[in-house]
Amino acid sequence: MDVLLDNLDVFREGFITTIQLFALAAVGSLILGTFLAMLRVSPVPVFRAAGTLYVTLVRNTPLTLVFLFFFFAYPLLEIIDLSYFVAAVVSLIVYTSAFICEVVRSGINTVSVGQAEAARALGLGFGQVLSHVVLPQSFRSVMPPLISMLIALLKNSTIAGGFSVREAGAIRSILSERGEDQMVTLLWIAAGFIILVMVLTFVQRTIEKRWSVAR
Amino acid sequence: MTAAEGSPSARTEQDTLATPPMVRMASVDKHFGQLHVLRDIDIDVPRGQVVVVLGPSGSGKSTLCRVINRLEPIDSGTIEVDGKPLPSEGKELAKLRSDVGMVFQQFNLFSHKTIVENVTLAPIKVRKRPAAEARKTAMELLERVGITDQADKYPAQLSGGQQQRAAIARALAMQPKVMLFDEPTSALDPEMVQEVLDTMTGLAKDGMTMLVVSHEMGFARRAAHRVVFMSDGEIVEDSTPNEFFTAPKSDRAKDFLGKILTH
Ligand SMILES: Nc1ncnc2c1ncn2[C@@H]1O[C@H](COP(=O)(O)OP(=O)(O)O)[C@@H](O)[C@H]1O
Ligand SMILES: [Mg+2]
Repeated sequence: MDVLLDNLDVFREGFITTIQLFALAAVGSLILGTFLAMLRVSPVPVFRAAGTLYVTLVRNTPLTLVFLFFFFAYPLLEIIDLSYFVAAVVSLIVYTSAFICEVVRSGINTVSVGQAEAARALGLGFGQVLSHVVLPQSFRSVMPPLISMLIALLKNSTIAGGFSVREAGAIRSILSERGEDQMVTLLWIAAGFIILVMVLTFVQRTIEKRWSVAR
Repeated sequence: MTAAEGSPSARTEQDTLATPPMVRMASVDKHFGQLHVLRDIDIDVPRGQVVVVLGPSGSGKSTLCRVINRLEPIDSGTIEVDGKPLPSEGKELAKLRSDVGMVFQQFNLFSHKTIVENVTLAPIKVRKRPAAEARKTAMELLERVGITDQADKYPAQLSGGQQQRAAIARALAMQPKVMLFDEPTSALDPEMVQEVLDTMTGLAKDGMTMLVVSHEMGFARRAAHRVVFMSDGEIVEDSTPNEFFTAPKSDRAKDFLGKILTH
């Protein structure tokens, strides 16, 4: 307990940064991932090819490599300077969105074609059919795997700790300088993550309950 | 034009002279791979006319409906709705579809939306009607099809007959020029067939132009001006309900009627 209470400032800062990283990357990945899924089901062959290329490329690249790219290769391109924090958020979005895309796309496939046909027959355009009819139903059917992706994202965010972002994964190295017990420190960090995952699972249950009433 | 006046055929003649047909198909051909599903189809549906299409399973009736709003593209030929050729894609096609109501065998109500939301979605998103106005119109339509009390339920909470009536209200909300029905009662339990047919008969009486794929003889006799018999992708007979049911000309029609009448 002393390890936690004596260094509450470090734990607090670390977990707040983790939550910020996670929240921004989660929103970004959901948006980009959904957009990629739309590309992959679009009637335009070029769009489909672009979506497939992105997913194939990114899914087969280790996350660390994506981080290395945005921290060491991207700055050489001299486009826009990214702070360490922003570079970490971007890396996480680029990586996670490829997985979200595939989950959303599998959800789109669970929606019967009759739903999209009825919407098209009413005069809705491609984007409207997706956003008002197909995607809302897809998200309902892929809620569990989507939450799993977000839990993976939460844990993946600790890689940022190795790239000078002072998030929860970096707490250990700070506390080891203060001479704290490594084992105890790591156990407290793990406890923090367990709590965050429990919050996500709770959110999932609540949403699922609401949607099941709606049917 | 009031439906009560004159016989159906008198009305038809008068309209064909005055205006182009609501739906016109000329030399339409369509394949699914090797399968020739529509063979050189010619058919005109004049304004205000109710045409019942029947024929054996697989004869191309659904495809005939689906090419009219281009849910299926055709290989060759022309299709015109209200005097205009079908646009091939994009905004123009969406605009055309918004004027052609379609009712499916499986209802296809949006399962994540309530009944009234189903009915108001397209008027709000496609016609840009204010939400309150769209809802008011929707409630009037639900009243017309007799399910006002189901407005705030989800489709899964309704019986099949109620769902199909909601689907009809959803199509009517766009004030379509013509309504296509693809076996609207085939997925229903027998006791619910009549309520849907009554709704459709009401529409026919109000002068709606309708193309109805259905084997319901009672409906065809009561509401149809014309019966079109399809077999193997061809239109084999095109006559009045009375003529068709009492004195079919082709062997294929006789054979078909023999089958539907005996069970
Ligand atoms: N999307 C499709 N792809 C391939 N074949 C199809 C498709 N839709 C229908 N068919 C075939 O075309 C023929 C006509 O089908 P359909 O128009 O549904 O007939 P009906 O409605 O009269 O039963 C059938 O043999 C059917 O199997
Ligand atoms: Mg059919």
